[in-house]
Amino acid sequence: MKILAKIYAFLIFVFLYAPIFVIVVFSFNSGSSRAVFEGFSLQWYKEMLQDELILRSLWYSLIIAVLSAIIATVIGTMAAVGINNLKGWKKSAFLSANNIPVVNPEIVTAISMMILFVFILSYFNSLEMGFGTLLIAHITFNIPYVVLSVLPKLRGMDSNIYNAALDLGCPPVKAFIKVVIPQILPGVISGLIMAFTLSLDDFVISYFNSGSSFQTLPITIYSMTKKPYSLKLNALSTIMFAVILVLMIAGNIRKPANEKKLKK
Amino acid sequence: MGKTVTVGNKKVMLAPFSSWMVVFVFIPMALVVYFAFTDGDSFTLSNLQYIYTYRHTLWLSVELAFIATAICLVLAYPIAYILSRASERIQRNATLIVMLPMWMNFLVRTYAWMTLLENNGIINSALRGLAGLFGSEFDGFAMVNNRGAIVLGMVYNFLPYMILPIYTALTKIDNSLIEAARDLGSGGFQVLKRVIFPLSIPGIISGITMVFIPSLSTFIISRILGGSKDFLIGDLIEDFFLGNSGVVNYNIGAALSLVLMIMIFIATFFMNHFDKEAKTTAGGTI
Amino acid sequence: MEKKNCLIDLKNIVVSFDGEQILKGINFYIRDGEFITFLGPSGCGKTTTLRIIAGFLEPDEGEVIFDGKKINGVPPHKRQVNTIFQRYALFPHLNVAENIAFGLKLKKMPKDKIEAKVKEMLSLVNLKGFENRHINSLSGGQQQRVAIARALAVDPKVLLLDEPLGALDLKLRKDMQVELKKIQQSLGITFIYVTHDQEEALSMSDTIVVMDSGKIQQIGTPTDIYNEPKNAFVADFIGESNIVDGIMKQDMLVEFSGHTFDCLDKGFGKNEAVDVVVRPEDVDVVPVEKGMLTGTVTSVTFKGVHYEIIVDIGGFLWMIQSTDIQHVGDRIGLYIEPDAIHIMKKSEYSGMFGDFSSYSEEFDELSDVNSGVEDGENG
Repeated sequence: MKILAKIYAFLIFVFLYAPIFVIVVFSFNSGSSRAVFEGFSLQWYKEMLQDELILRSLWYSLIIAVLSAIIATVIGTMAAVGINNLKGWKKSAFLSANNIPVVNPEIVTAISMMILFVFILSYFNSLEMGFGTLLIAHITFNIPYVVLSVLPKLRGMDSNIYNAALDLGCPPVKAFIKVVIPQILPGVISGLIMAFTLSLDDFVISYFNSGSSFQTLPITIYSMTKKPYSLKLNALSTIMFAVILVLMIAGNIRKPANEKKLKK
Repeated sequence: MGKTVTVGNKKVMLAPFSSWMVVFVFIPMALVVYFAFTDGDSFTLSNLQYIYTYRHTLWLSVELAFIATAICLVLAYPIAYILSRASERIQRNATLIVMLPMWMNFLVRTYAWMTLLENNGIINSALRGLAGLFGSEFDGFAMVNNRGAIVLGMVYNFLPYMILPIYTALTKIDNSLIEAARDLGSGGFQVLKRVIFPLSIPGIISGITMVFIPSLSTFIISRILGGSKDFLIGDLIEDFFLGNSGVVNYNIGAALSLVLMIMIFIATFFMNHFDKEAKTTAGGTI
Repeated sequence: MEKKNCLIDLKNIVVSFDGEQILKGINFYIRDGEFITFLGPSGCGKTTTLRIIAGFLEPDEGEVIFDGKKINGVPPHKRQVNTIFQRYALFPHLNVAENIAFGLKLKKMPKDKIEAKVKEMLSLVNLKGFENRHINSLSGGQQQRVAIARALAVDPKVLLLDEPLGALDLKLRKDMQVELKKIQQSLGITFIYVTHDQEEALSMSDTIVVMDSGKIQQIGTPTDIYNEPKNAFVADFIGESNIVDGIMKQDMLVEFSGHTFDCLDKGFGKNEAVDVVVRPEDVDVVPVEKGMLTGTVTSVTFKGVHYEIIVDIGGFLWMIQSTDIQHVGDRIGLYIEPDAIHIMKKSEYSGMFGDFSSYSEEFDELSDVNSGVEDGENG
């Protein structure tokens, strides 16, 4: 039984990681084939780093991800505080509204916003979809995730902590900053990170709301896959994967130390 | 009504959220409905009628999403169970191990499957080499550009969404419950059937929802792995909005989206209903 | 009514939530420097009243007067009262000294003075040397002390305590009761204390306000409340009571349980129906022939100091406390002195309490625990 379990686990992880392995290995291919490994080389990395389109869309992706994550975190955190104060049907109404973009298929969210943007933009003939529409779209699908990651922290907080600060003479806004924010900060930060990565990774919603002038990395990758496939994409993916891997491992190593501190 | 001091003013805190949701979620949804029932300016049902010509596509989408979800469930449950019983060290990183592949761009990952599966791909080449050793000819399996490849793409992309909720549900089961069941004379399989499985149903339900919805609405997996033969509902919506096959028609696209939303609404409704029922039976079984 | 040394005056306070009235016209005043306790079961409105004084809740109607000034609408951070919260509400991200210094820093007090004040407060609550300890590393009792130190550091005129000892175990609770009373006396400030524990209320307070269903049932000193309960609710809630229906024959003469007793109460109408309270410890067990009442023992429980004996007298179960053991099934006589009988006017609570037929120790304790928790939720 034990051995069977191990074999099964092994096979599942082979399934999950096989494409990753292929991508990484072939990023070092000296030939240009996706299927035949001809020898080790770093040429695709070099080419990738010289590809202006890739670098530009990477830059666009980062701008959109940072801005949308920050704005969504501000709006979402405020909303979570507000929702946490509500009771009964009002609370469930807000929670359901918040869940719409989470539950709705991405493509429906994408085209619904596209209709709105086309509708509005048709009044101003010169305007085209681009930075603005993309940013709005990303903020929209990020907000719910921030709300969902901040809410549990608020629920776990003794609301009297805020009252205690007021009670000791602290004005409301200051009490919020000095007492409530430190309590919910882990939720706010994980919401921020989640929003950032979701935005960075998003393809479907960007695909319908970006226009030709302002393309994020996933869109560029998609348009590149349509042309003869270039192993530059493998090199790019490998680098991004490595960066995320390092960040995740760093985060994971830090976590247990924190947990220990919190336990009595 | 007595006014209680709350953290922040409710109205101020909710104002940006509410206005944002109204303008960028509710109004767009209303526009989808509006477009689905109009043709330019007047009310019509013709968009919905027109969808009838795509019934095979719709049915195929449901069928493939259903198959992919079923396969995910079958594959995910054992691995979730194994992980939930694994050592603490593995458990601490379980989520990370399962999620990690998701951090590579999904288009590139899906393309990697092409590399593995296509006629001159890695698997067929390997098999060919193997066949060569035995002195025989091997044409290679046709593994891409068919429905099987689409399902594989779905399973691959959404499997983690099935594993994680089930894993979470399993780890939440109190070990003393399992011990109590053992204590009362249940054998290993009995414990699994009567205690562990019923208690993991909420995880299964959310897993199913999290796999079924994106499978039903995907448009890019089918494009890459299915060749151009098998269009799914997502591909149709994309075409009607972006005009990749020459026709732009927001009204029919919106009608298709509406149908997609309704299908998903029905599916989630059933799932939730099933979830509640399962919870009561699970309570009764123990 | 003359209001001597009146510090806080609540006038006709009404509060409702979701259509339900939580406070139905509360009127009372608090003297400067007294230890006053709001006592009542969960949901009686005692915590709500406290929150109104603290400023966390604005009443729908009525006036809150503090030191002669109306303070309705004054936000909590501008009120000269401080609160000890039910679960302490310490700031988990700050250490002990930082918690205590929180209010002082807001007052822009110089650093060295803050340090001195923190030290002084820590020694007041017996936590010398705990400055740099993390909140989560403290026991419940220690957290309680930090909460007290934090609230007292800002020199409030009034300290509000919302079931502060509810989460502590019995022994610690008793110690803290003594300590709190000592702190109150040495500082000479007003303590407003909320509890559902009648024993706590009796042993600590100068004045007790008994509340139920959003109304004040009685205000008085602990002895007044215990000896002269105004109605069946108070009699039952404060200590154990046998409450029986009686008829006032004339002044100082009452009939109940088929016997006419001398008593000390007067001023009732002739043949007025009344509630009669007899405390279990005021009943003497005597031989049947000498008893004013006779009955059969149905249960005996050893309580350490005394035996708790339930006696069936004509179908009504009395509780008596006696140092002599009796046996189940014995017929015994009961003797009641005139000063042991207390007569109350009939009220909405008449007939709801007093019979010990459904009495069970465990049930009593369970409901105590529950009420503590619920009160935390509904505030």
